[in-house]
Amino acid sequence: MPEIKADQTLDCKGLACPMPIVRTKKAMDQLQAGQVIEVQATDKGSIADIQGWAKNTGHQYLGTVQEGDLLKHYLRKSTAAEVKEPKKFPHTISNEELKKKLASGEKVKVLDVREPAEYAFNRIPGAKSIPLGELESRMGELTPEDEIHVVCRTGNRSDMACRLLAEKGFKHVKNVEQGMSEWTGPVEQNHEKMEADPL
Amino acid sequence: MSVTTGQLNKTTTKELNRIVLAKEELFILDVRNESDFNDWKIEGESIEIINIPYFELLDGVDAALDRIPDGKKVLVVCAKEGSSKFIAEQIVEAGRTNVHYLEGGMKSWSEHLEPVKIGDLKDGGSLYQFVRIGKGCLSYMVVSSGEAAVIDTLRMTDVFEQFAKEQGAVIKHTLDTHLHADHISGGRRLAEQTGAVYWLPPKDAGEVTFPYEKLEEGRDITVGGTKIEIQPIYSPGHTIGSTSFIVDGQYLLTGDILFIESIGRPDLAGKAEDWVSDLRNTLYNRYKELSGDLIVLPAHFGKVTELGEGGRVMARLTDLYRNNPGLNIREEDTFRRTVTENLPPQPNAYQEIRQTNMGKITPSEDEQREMEIGPNRCAVHDK
Repeated sequence: MPEIKADQTLDCKGLACPMPIVRTKKAMDQLQAGQVIEVQATDKGSIADIQGWAKNTGHQYLGTVQEGDLLKHYLRKSTAAEVKEPKKFPHTISNEELKKKLASGEKVKVLDVREPAEYAFNRIPGAKSIPLGELESRMGELTPEDEIHVVCRTGNRSDMACRLLAEKGFKHVKNVEQGMSEWTGPVEQNHEKMEADPL
Repeated sequence: MSVTTGQLNKTTTKELNRIVLAKEELFILDVRNESDFNDWKIEGESIEIINIPYFELLDGVDAALDRIPDGKKVLVVCAKEGSSKFIAEQIVEAGRTNVHYLEGGMKSWSEHLEPVKIGDLKDGGSLYQFVRIGKGCLSYMVVSSGEAAVIDTLRMTDVFEQFAKEQGAVIKHTLDTHLHADHISGGRRLAEQTGAVYWLPPKDAGEVTFPYEKLEEGRDITVGGTKIEIQPIYSPGHTIGSTSFIVDGQYLLTGDILFIESIGRPDLAGKAEDWVSDLRNTLYNRYKELSGDLIVLPAHFGKVTELGEGGRVMARLTDLYRNNPGLNIREEDTFRRTVTENLPPQPNAYQEIRQTNMGKITPSEDEQREMEIGPNRCAVHDK
């Protein structure tokens, strides 16, 4: 078998978990996108962990060659475009939990970041509308100390909105996980939806 | 010891064993990778456990902090120890208190062995159960008048040697109910170290590479001057050679044939279909002829709910006929399907473990430890 060519070799022999991954991460930060690193480790646990880490960060795990006790892991640094979206906003609430909160009569603040047309036809009663694109400029309408539940159609736009709000110092924002597409709680709207004509 | 300070505390496997049995509340952050966690984790009735791999927390532990309840005792766990310390230190730095890591990680948890006394024997002497809580394995020691016999010895032979010494007993016999597939037997090594005789069922020992004594019906084994009898009963089904023991007329050691909440699986030696009728015959006929007052002592448990007072795993045979789902399958065809279809995954490295127990391969201590990682999965209901 021909030698596998790597741009850098990292020696993690004799190191126990978590060090092989910690060092790999550091080395990877110094690499150019597209370059390949060979990580030499003797800790068997590194096989599963390096794959998990690669999957988590979006870098490409190429494979592992075993020579006796020595494990050679090969990884390729992804280009910026390949690297995964930054991590999801960690504070979330499920549709069900939010529904329960609303039903309990608790004062609940809901921020709907969908487009005004989406909001108009179907929204959680009392929800405030600020479309994601306007959020940065209209942030003054919100109170940073409030507990705010951010909702959109599927949880993606609201995830971005949550991260933006947290960055700007909002302390208690929560992303509504499933969003309006799976909302089974009460709704309100500006206009009655037209029923399909039975004729 | 568990001290509550602003520092990182160490919890030993012995302490964790105590917490599980006492059903004390504990929050566990398991930082192993997702597949290892899903395969096998620490269980207990008052334990809340979440999994965030350490490599997702390299840039900071905020995502973890968010999910860790404040004020509750927190135990960070990983495979060996290193990563749990690494993460736990950061949790302490973030200002949390009552933060612990598990000394030796899941590897040590898998090996922790706790002796509990099952009862006294008629002519003096005692029967002890050794509970390997992390893996769900059970061994037994019969101690009488300065002699001891160990049944289904686990790999950690020093624990048995030490215990016998404390009891002032010399280990004279080591017996295996069958050729194990989920863990490496310590029976042969313990016999070698103590000069004891190693007994195996001959029908399971067709391929073994070492000398042994044959466990056969009618060949009773005596322990101590007061003659505590170990009476072998041929009870095939989990393996073709599986043999149960009646100890002192009171206890029925069932090996991997009958558990507290389940029954043994017949497929680990690749012969599920062939052994179904043996298993059924043993459970529904042979055991039924025995006294219902016998206390059943199995070689495994699958769920923490099978742990009784003080961690003991035991039940009266009559009660099992009433409550164990595996003993209450009326139709033979339903029984066949239950024990051959939709079985849980096999135990980790079970082929290599069988080869090791036959003496065909001799893995290093580290390799043996690695092979034994994970739950025992010897019962049909261990999903």
